[in-house]
Amino acid sequence: MTCQPPVTPLKAKDYKSQIKPVWCPGCGHFSILSAVTKALAHLALSKEQTALISGIGCSSRLPAYTDVYGFHGVHGRALAVASGLKAARPDLTVLVAGGDGDGFSIGGNHFMHACRRNMDMTYIVMDNEVYGMTKGQASPTTAPDWTQSKLTPHGTGVPSFNPAAIALATGASFVARGFSGDPKTLTQLLVEAIQHKGFSFVQVLSPCTTFRPEQKNWKHEVHDFSGEPTQNSAQAAHNIHVDGGMGVGIIYQAEHPVWEPTPSATHTVDDLNMGFSL
Amino acid sequence: MNSMHTSQTKTYSVAIIGSGGSGVVTTGQIMLKAIANAGFYGLMSRSSGPQIRGGESAAMLRIGKDPVTCLDDRFDILMAFDWLNSDRFNDEIPLGPNSTIIRDPDAGDIPQELLDSGAAVIDAPLTALSKEIKQGRVNMAGLGFISDLMGIPKEAIQGAVEDTLRRKGPEVTQAAQSCIEAGYHATKTDSTIEKLPAIDNPNPRWNISGNEASGLGAVRGGVRFVAAYPITPASEILEWLAPNLEKVGGSLLQAEDELASVNMIIGGSFGGVPSLTATSGPGLSLMMEGLGLAVTSETPIVVSNVMRGGPSTGIPTKSEQSDLNIALYGFHGDAPHLVLGALDIQDCCFTTQWAVQLTEELQTVAIVLSDQSQGQARAVIDPPPEATAAGVRITAPADSEDYLRYSVTDSGVSPMAIPGTPGGIYTADGLEHNPKGTPSSMAGDHQVQLDKRLRKIVDYNYQDDWAVTRGEGENVIVTWGSSSGASFEAAERLTANGHPTKAVALRLLAPLQIDRLLAQLNGAKRIVVVEQNHSAQFFQYLHANQVLPGEARSLARPGPLPIRPSDIVTFMMEDF
Ligand SMILES: Cc1ncc(C[n+]2csc(CCOP(=O)(O)OP(=O)(O)O)c2C)c(N)n1
Ligand code: SF4
Repeated sequence: MTCQPPVTPLKAKDYKSQIKPVWCPGCGHFSILSAVTKALAHLALSKEQTALISGIGCSSRLPAYTDVYGFHGVHGRALAVASGLKAARPDLTVLVAGGDGDGFSIGGNHFMHACRRNMDMTYIVMDNEVYGMTKGQASPTTAPDWTQSKLTPHGTGVPSFNPAAIALATGASFVARGFSGDPKTLTQLLVEAIQHKGFSFVQVLSPCTTFRPEQKNWKHEVHDFSGEPTQNSAQAAHNIHVDGGMGVGIIYQAEHPVWEPTPSATHTVDDLNMGFSL
Repeated sequence: MNSMHTSQTKTYSVAIIGSGGSGVVTTGQIMLKAIANAGFYGLMSRSSGPQIRGGESAAMLRIGKDPVTCLDDRFDILMAFDWLNSDRFNDEIPLGPNSTIIRDPDAGDIPQELLDSGAAVIDAPLTALSKEIKQGRVNMAGLGFISDLMGIPKEAIQGAVEDTLRRKGPEVTQAAQSCIEAGYHATKTDSTIEKLPAIDNPNPRWNISGNEASGLGAVRGGVRFVAAYPITPASEILEWLAPNLEKVGGSLLQAEDELASVNMIIGGSFGGVPSLTATSGPGLSLMMEGLGLAVTSETPIVVSNVMRGGPSTGIPTKSEQSDLNIALYGFHGDAPHLVLGALDIQDCCFTTQWAVQLTEELQTVAIVLSDQSQGQARAVIDPPPEATAAGVRITAPADSEDYLRYSVTDSGVSPMAIPGTPGGIYTADGLEHNPKGTPSSMAGDHQVQLDKRLRKIVDYNYQDDWAVTRGEGENVIVTWGSSSGASFEAAERLTANGHPTKAVALRLLAPLQIDRLLAQLNGAKRIVVVEQNHSAQFFQYLHANQVLPGEARSLARPGPLPIRPSDIVTFMMEDF
């Protein structure tokens, strides 16, 4: 089964399902849904040869809103499900989506190891620096002095997690940042990410209008990423730290060894049986 | 105490002990191969101290003309290469007046406790013999010595040595064979050790460990994707699968933890490839949320759980049947699934294969319980039979109209579209859903989907494979897993001594086959439920399902000591 472009080109809306999103009005996740479908249409990916895997959270609702194969699993384990799928079915195009809580807190270990393993898939984290679905608690990317959560009335007091730096440090071969308020650039980034052979990590700044209304200001704060895309990881690390976290663009792209299964199919089950025979 | 041995099941039990580096396990493995070469069946279980490498260890063998599935009450022979820390094995290696201890005079005195058993002693100058030979090893001299005493043909033992040591090069093999020769022909004082009879035209047999058998069963069932996180005593399943899965076109992925491994196999199976992982108690605990996801999303997966002493890190290197409760009840919500128990080493293959077939057919989860005592033990067995359930996943054809992934069917099984199938696109979900798969919190959808997920596994006909029953009688032993071998033997001994006894060993633990079990218990005067755990988990489970009369008794004992046939016989007789 190879990915053959369909005869009649599909439009972005052909990749959308009939299901109406549960998201709040103005939620950044809507634009990410659009950008994903546009990227799929741009690449003319076969719908049935594409799978979108997610965990739990507002963001993780994404698969059902698209018209590709989807798996909406449990909180934090999307990358594990996706890695198993890709290992068993290397012919599929595998996308993974979720929130900052899902990916960096409960799923943090899988994030590191998925970057290291560098399997050929694209991981989109819809980062709103908050747990939306559970009604507004701090996530790993929340600033330490954010006091609006009942759970951490004094703020977390814990420095926030730097997703791009971690992805780079743990071995992701494509690292980019996008913004839901700039769907055109985001679509381009996603196209590049999907085409990249290896683990592509795209952090998408995506305002939570309900629990972080101040994020409406993000549209004034985001800017083009201050560094050039590089394949030099030390340079990329430097650029990430200079940039400050609101820069949009490709940060790092390089060729790393990609983990792929190596089945040989040289034996029958009966050969294995005979291995135990006296 | 009356252990009531029947003569037609004459077997020979040998224990070999020694401290780290003395080569106990290799010696046992070669001996098992040798008796196999001579036409016998046998079982070798092993025990070791807590050291990672190089601690004292014991190889415990039982040899017979018929298949052997449990250790005996006593050992006929104990051969020690030294006595350092030998007291660790006093409970595991019971001796009696008919036993013989083979000891090397150069290795010190036999501990008094062992002499108190009344066992005879034979001196074997193993250190002296091996010193004569370049690169000579005490264990190989011992192997020659004991082989002569037991009447194991020399060609059988030399062939086994050759086979085992070949990869270490001709020098090592040559040295070992010379030591064996020396031990074999050394002068020996008179002994009461019974010689093995000669076997003509032996059956075709296999030499396999329980964990290898589980791995093979997985492959036979069609598993082609495995995710793995190492854990004692399950790792050998994964290590056997790693190279062998590839050979048949599958793959294995090492996961970062068990949260990952269970979700990885869910991903693989969602992709249409039958998938399995293996673990032990701590890993199974971590997998529970993922298992619930597989139940709800109806993604078939198998977890092979090789039990060790629990809870927590417990006793990693020793056996216990104490994960029944978590396997049955560990899920949150109402999550019908299959729980199976492998009855012995050979059955690890059958039960795992059957579990894969059932999960594929029923799109559900199976937990297969094995344990250290069979997983890490090795046996010479008849080739394992094939499980024969259909084992085929019902998939959705291409271009089905208005495809509904979780459509409500009579059987409860709905065709599953495999990614790549045009017209089958859906999103699998762990959220409760409607037949299309769209998340739903409606009472009606919940009821219908709960019913369907239960119906598909309780209405299925598991045929005769649900249990193995041996013997007939008014006394009934009900058991499961690795306690089965001792239970069958106890039933045989009781019957031979005028107390007709039947043993029923359940292979399918959930869904409990209540009517079938009740039929087996019909007319029973005495019922004893045998299991190796502290809280009588199986006994309580049977009671909760109202299959046991009030008088039924429980023989439940925690690991790591195996339950021996005489333990069961004695317990049963208390009630006569
Ligand atoms: C094991 C487990 N723990 C906790 C939860 C509750 N929970 C659901 S979503 C969520 C956080 C979601 O936040 P994020 O991933 O950032 O996504 P968002 O909703 O902001 O898009 C939590 C804690 C859960 N579903 N499962
Ligand atoms: S709570 Fe926030 S993240 Fe969730 S849907 Fe509403 S706006 Fe979006």
